[in-house]
Amino acid sequence: MPGLEDLYREIILDHYRSPRNRGELVVPPAARAEGFNPLCGDEIVVYIDVDDEGTIRDIAIGGQGCSISQSSASMMSAAVKGHTVEEARQLISAFKSMMSIHENDLDDVDDHEDHTEIETVELGDLDALRGVVKFPVRIKCATLSWNTLIQALDEVAATS
Amino acid sequence: MNLPSKIIEDFPVLRQTVDGKRLVYLDSANTSQKPQCVIDAMTNYYETINANVHRGSYRLAVQATDALEGARAKVAQFINAGSAAEVVFTKNATEAMNLLARTWGHANLGESDVVVLSEMEHHANIVPWHMLAAEKGFELRWIPVGPEGRLQLDSLDRLLDGATLLSVTAMSNVLGTINPIPELADAAHRHGALISVDASQYVPHVATDVQAMGADFLVFTGHKLLGPTGIGVLWGRPELLEAMPPFLGGGEMILNVTKEGFTTADVPWKFEAGTPMVAEAVGLAAAVDYLNVLGMDEIRAHETKLTAYAMRCLKSRYADTITIHGPSEPAERGGVLSFEFGDVHPHDVAQVLDEAGICVRAGHHCAKPLMRVLGVPASSRASLYLYNNESDVDALADALERADEIFSL
Repeated sequence: MPGLEDLYREIILDHYRSPRNRGELVVPPAARAEGFNPLCGDEIVVYIDVDDEGTIRDIAIGGQGCSISQSSASMMSAAVKGHTVEEARQLISAFKSMMSIHENDLDDVDDHEDHTEIETVELGDLDALRGVVKFPVRIKCATLSWNTLIQALDEVAATS
Repeated sequence: MNLPSKIIEDFPVLRQTVDGKRLVYLDSANTSQKPQCVIDAMTNYYETINANVHRGSYRLAVQATDALEGARAKVAQFINAGSAAEVVFTKNATEAMNLLARTWGHANLGESDVVVLSEMEHHANIVPWHMLAAEKGFELRWIPVGPEGRLQLDSLDRLLDGATLLSVTAMSNVLGTINPIPELADAAHRHGALISVDASQYVPHVATDVQAMGADFLVFTGHKLLGPTGIGVLWGRPELLEAMPPFLGGGEMILNVTKEGFTTADVPWKFEAGTPMVAEAVGLAAAVDYLNVLGMDEIRAHETKLTAYAMRCLKSRYADTITIHGPSEPAERGGVLSFEFGDVHPHDVAQVLDEAGICVRAGHHCAKPLMRVLGVPASSRASLYLYNNESDVDALADALERADEIFSL
């Protein structure tokens, strides 16, 4: 049975206490997307400002939620800011792959390093969220902001 | 008289441990645990009776029909209905409310009508009316929720002016607030409106008398009442049920079917198309028997005392941290304690409590309009029932210290 220390890593609590890139951006030029978790009522708003070269110049996070959804959003914002849309999409897929449950992995996620996508992309601080997989009901908390970022990127792609 | 202290032994689920810790179940407003007698009654039905109802001429079929109709009579008596025919079995309270909207509502509500709800309703008493209003164009009005989570009734006459239906909860699933249904029924009737009561949180905890309440319709669900999932009740005054069109079409609900059309069976069967939930009805009847033996007044007294203890205990230990929603006076509320714990998100509170083997609900409790009124996105909710005692409350209070530790912001 996983313990709370698997979930509430210090770095997660740090991002929860001091969220990065919190706020709003002016729309337009920024794109805005909203995500909801109807189960618990968490709401995330993601603003991204992408320049003509396809670089995410700025990102801001609004809304409210639990420590996992808020810290995940904060780490995500720090990880994609200044990077290209293409890099962001790679990171999204690596993160979502880490969050996807493979039934056999449930007991010992740490022992399985066979997710090839994860290995090719540097997750950095985000790796602290790996423990969330052991708490299946919280996975949606961790992925909420990422799914919302996808919407925002799609928005940018549709309007550019 | 007090409830027997060994009551917990009647509930198999509560005898188990989680990681070596006693399971502390504080989520009965969500669903209740089942006593052994309910489980046994359903097993016994499947082992000794099981047959389809209202159609076989053989003895088993007669026994199955008797079991279903006996359960209906028992439920009718439990809420002091005038007769068993006033009790319609549904899948749950949500289906009962949808049945009401789709039959009575469909036949009686149009553009010039008004349906009055309160801000503390569960989505089950909001969305069916939204859905029907989108089709029929009637107006929805809302009784506001005021200080300590009570309905603000000073504007009631204005809200009921021209209203056709008042649909309101008897006990809030978030605030615990017990609403003054007889007073609301009088007001509705004075304005020529009917009143339907969502009693899902009320019937399991307080002796219920639909006639004394002055209700026209009342819905509740079996699984919050120690009974199984899959069975709920719509009670209605007989003349209203008689006049309502049927709900789902199929077997059981007809008197005659021809190539040209059909005629409906009598009330309540005209609302019960298809093979009904016989085993579930048997389980619900066993639950009603169990509650009757203990006594609803004793159950209510036990819960009021325990609610008072819980509020005192939590407030004294976490004076600066905890906010408990709803009435401060235990006699005016049920044992539903929704709370904010400092800045710790309810999801995190529930997670920390789970590690201690404590089951609480976190979220919006299917009452998003109310959460907006309260100004919170979500809350943690500990809800009490007859099998809970002071040690459960103490376990909750102890485990909250861990949340304080981890999230000391």
